[in-house]
Amino acid sequence: MTPAWTLISAFAGALLVLLLPARAAGLARVIALAASIIGAVAAAAACLTKLQRLDAPAWSFDKPWIPELGIRFHLAADGLSLTLLLLTGLVAIAGVLFSWNVETRPRAFFAFFMTIIGGVYGVFLSRDGFLLFVFYEIVILPKYMLIAIWGSTNREYGAMKLTLYSIGSSALILIGLIVAYAASGGTSFDLNDLASFKYAPALQYWAFPILFLGFAVLAGMWPFHTWAPTGHVAAPTAASMLLAGVVMKLGAYGALCVAMPLFPQGFVEWRLVIAGLAVIGLIYGALTALQQKDLKFVIGYSSVSHMGLILLGLATATHWGLRGAVLQMISHGIIAGLLFGIAGRVVYARTHTRDFSALREFDLWRTLPGAAVAFTVATAASMGLPGFSGFVAEVAVVIGVWHSYPWLLLPVAVGLIVTGAFSLRAMHRAFFPERHALAAPAPPLPPLTWPEISAIALLSIFSLAIGIYPLPWVTLIDDGLRSPLFQSILSLP
Amino acid sequence: MGKSCANRFAIIWALVPLALVVGMGTHRALPADGILAHWQSMWLPDADIFLRFAVDGTSWLFLLLTSLVTLFALAATAKLGLGGRAYCALVLVLEGMLFGVFTARHFIPWFLCWEMTLIPSYLLIRLWGGPGAPRAALRFFIMTLGGSVFMLLGFLALQLSVGTMDFSKLAELASNKELVPLLAKTFASTGCTGQFLLGAVAVCVFLGLAVKLPVFPFHAWLPAAYAEAPTPVTMLLTGLLSKMGVYGLLRILLPIFPEVLPALAPTLMLLAVVTVLLGAVAALAQRDLKRILAYSSVNHLGYCAMAVVAAAAVQTDRSAHAAAISGTILQAFNHGIIASTIFFCIGLMEQRSGGARNLADFGGLRARAPIFCGLMGIALFASLGLPGLSGFVGEFLIFTGVFALVPWAAAVAVIGLLLTAVFFLRLVRLVFHGPLHPACAKWPDLTTGERWLLGPAIALIIIPGLCPQVLLHCLNADTVRLLDLLHILS
Repeated sequence: MTPAWTLISAFAGALLVLLLPARAAGLARVIALAASIIGAVAAAAACLTKLQRLDAPAWSFDKPWIPELGIRFHLAADGLSLTLLLLTGLVAIAGVLFSWNVETRPRAFFAFFMTIIGGVYGVFLSRDGFLLFVFYEIVILPKYMLIAIWGSTNREYGAMKLTLYSIGSSALILIGLIVAYAASGGTSFDLNDLASFKYAPALQYWAFPILFLGFAVLAGMWPFHTWAPTGHVAAPTAASMLLAGVVMKLGAYGALCVAMPLFPQGFVEWRLVIAGLAVIGLIYGALTALQQKDLKFVIGYSSVSHMGLILLGLATATHWGLRGAVLQMISHGIIAGLLFGIAGRVVYARTHTRDFSALREFDLWRTLPGAAVAFTVATAASMGLPGFSGFVAEVAVVIGVWHSYPWLLLPVAVGLIVTGAFSLRAMHRAFFPERHALAAPAPPLPPLTWPEISAIALLSIFSLAIGIYPLPWVTLIDDGLRSPLFQSILSLP
Repeated sequence: MGKSCANRFAIIWALVPLALVVGMGTHRALPADGILAHWQSMWLPDADIFLRFAVDGTSWLFLLLTSLVTLFALAATAKLGLGGRAYCALVLVLEGMLFGVFTARHFIPWFLCWEMTLIPSYLLIRLWGGPGAPRAALRFFIMTLGGSVFMLLGFLALQLSVGTMDFSKLAELASNKELVPLLAKTFASTGCTGQFLLGAVAVCVFLGLAVKLPVFPFHAWLPAAYAEAPTPVTMLLTGLLSKMGVYGLLRILLPIFPEVLPALAPTLMLLAVVTVLLGAVAALAQRDLKRILAYSSVNHLGYCAMAVVAAAAVQTDRSAHAAAISGTILQAFNHGIIASTIFFCIGLMEQRSGGARNLADFGGLRARAPIFCGLMGIALFASLGLPGLSGFVGEFLIFTGVFALVPWAAAVAVIGLLLTAVFFLRLVRLVFHGPLHPACAKWPDLTTGERWLLGPAIALIIIPGLCPQVLLHCLNADTVRLLDLLHILS
């Protein structure tokens, strides 16, 4: 199975679901699950093959597409893309499982869902700037639909804000790509060709922030993060999982694999600013999460905080920092999926509230012990306790920060402590609240269903597996970082 | 599975590690490097990060303590009518993580186990504790986490500049005085001297350990956590979790930072002495039995901190160093047994009096329950350091060592010893003697089961007191190695 199967299975799944007759609408979720599993298995198989033969050339598929403009249909998968493909596959499976009982218009729901997944796979596989941009755009519309139709709290507002931010950021990306294309002679959109051209420093100085900002908005960089919490909260569970789990990673991935390699000198000029904004985002997200009263808002702001760590890793421009940034992309993808799944699906579908003071009356620790255990694990992973994936990423990023900006470590330490505090507080108030001894006993809640349990188990096991044995993941990421794209960044003094 | 079934299963299960640890200690044909057992696995080999665990004599003693106190706490759980599936599972997870802390030889696995003790202890305090438990558990978690973050950042600086976080490799480098130049070279751009940087790292590591121990002013979480936790969990907290701090001071801070510790020692010594005094004075001011014992733990572990800091401050007198270091380990071991025994006794008192544990709620118990008072009395006297009981040995060695190394500290800390005697004797007088308190009129003495539980614990207090060689014998080789590493000559 080549990595192309990820792309094929997702889009074929979307198409099949759309073609289902109305009376077989119940099959939609089965098809979506099958397509997600095929994608994840293809990604996992490609990862394993890659690990066995590291020096083998990366898989690629290269055909002319619009030859007049030098645009090619160029897909390739190095170790870095493969790990992100696997992440997408996992989140897709968990997302389908957590949406197992979507009743309203299931065919449309799963078709949009699989389209987003396909677009994400496409971005991670593209090696042509234009193709990457096309896949990037494919993600935007279904995102809007999922939130506007199946969303909850304030959904029109959330959906509109998110979409406007996305479209704005795409415009910046398009401008940036076209600048690079034109300045390099207008012969090729291939990222390797674009990156190997030496742009004038003055052009890099102003073109880099445009391109970078385009991606960073989607990565939730402070102060352009405001779409993230409202969008995540408004979205239905599976969409929050996708948004926080993989769509935000598109931004980080684009910043790493497009913006930084294209304009390395511009990056050098701006990296201090990026590091500063990243640290502000890290602390601001954590402090805001500390004050939320809604469980999903806590998780939404925690994403801002965790994405700050990714951007910080990128800004260090060291091997450790980039490694940490990618590890954090994977780790946060898994953990955010888990947190949103539990908060949005397991808890909200049963209690119809996410407000801490209302949740207190449900005494979730006693009435829904499975969810309490799962959320405890997710909290531990989210606060970066060792043994979980977040810790590995944190270690790598911090080593990078020690190398490049030792004096930034004090605010980073504060950020990490506040992250621990808000994660713990959310767990404490939602699942282990202080109740009066005389309070009425909580109403019984239906226990966890099998799809929920399998999704929780899948994500927790991967988070633990990375935390306990990170070597294969790091090996794959290192393989990706050996690509010529990053050499101009990694060779910085 | 019912509650008592789960408890019985957990108790039997906890016998397994105890048997393994004892078995490991019996064939004592020690290899030259003193390692009884070891295991390692890859994590990130390119950064020299391995999950490396090894057991030497000192680790073995802490493992023995862990398996004993866990078994004791589980048995106490069954006796006090607590427990259940989740509870027992959490206690066993906690035990496993403690084994990891006491055997890890590389920072990453050590830190993994160190942090992973937090979740089970948080849940144990939170879910089975008293009315104030939620706040206490939250405060305990966040303060410890805060300390740990600094420790992590400090060690990652070493990783970047030295290229390893292996404890023995770092100690080797420190012994050759290579850490300072390496740090200075890596962080040349900051303009700080290597001495300053290594000092900053040492302070970060100390912060993490100090919260756990706890050292003044990082003890704020302790009284509430000890008082609100269910009694068997308090036994674990004081008997084992605080020992993580002692172990860290001795096995990490002391060998890795000898280049900068002499400069930091005066401040640290001041903190240690204040801890000793504060623990004693605060215990004197308390009326709640659990809080008295909580502060007395602060006081007793303060001696350990004092001894380690004294050993770090001066680098000349080999025999004094040996006394201070082995005294610290003995004090940690004995305090673990003694404090958990006393807390178990308090748990029994609480159970019999329906939840009361104020000094004023008891009186004249000796007349009603002579066996209980006799056994608890032995534990209390051991705790105040009566010669012949185990508590004396550690304190004696610590004071011998510290008097020779930093005389003023020992002189001031003696006040702590006196105050300890005062508050323990007051406790004995108010609770055991005096007129019989009306609430205690129907007080039953120990049942057979309770005698069987308390008896072995008391034996473990008396035997090391009479022949401390049993324990010292495990430590000598390690102490000699540590002193050689620190270049301390007679």
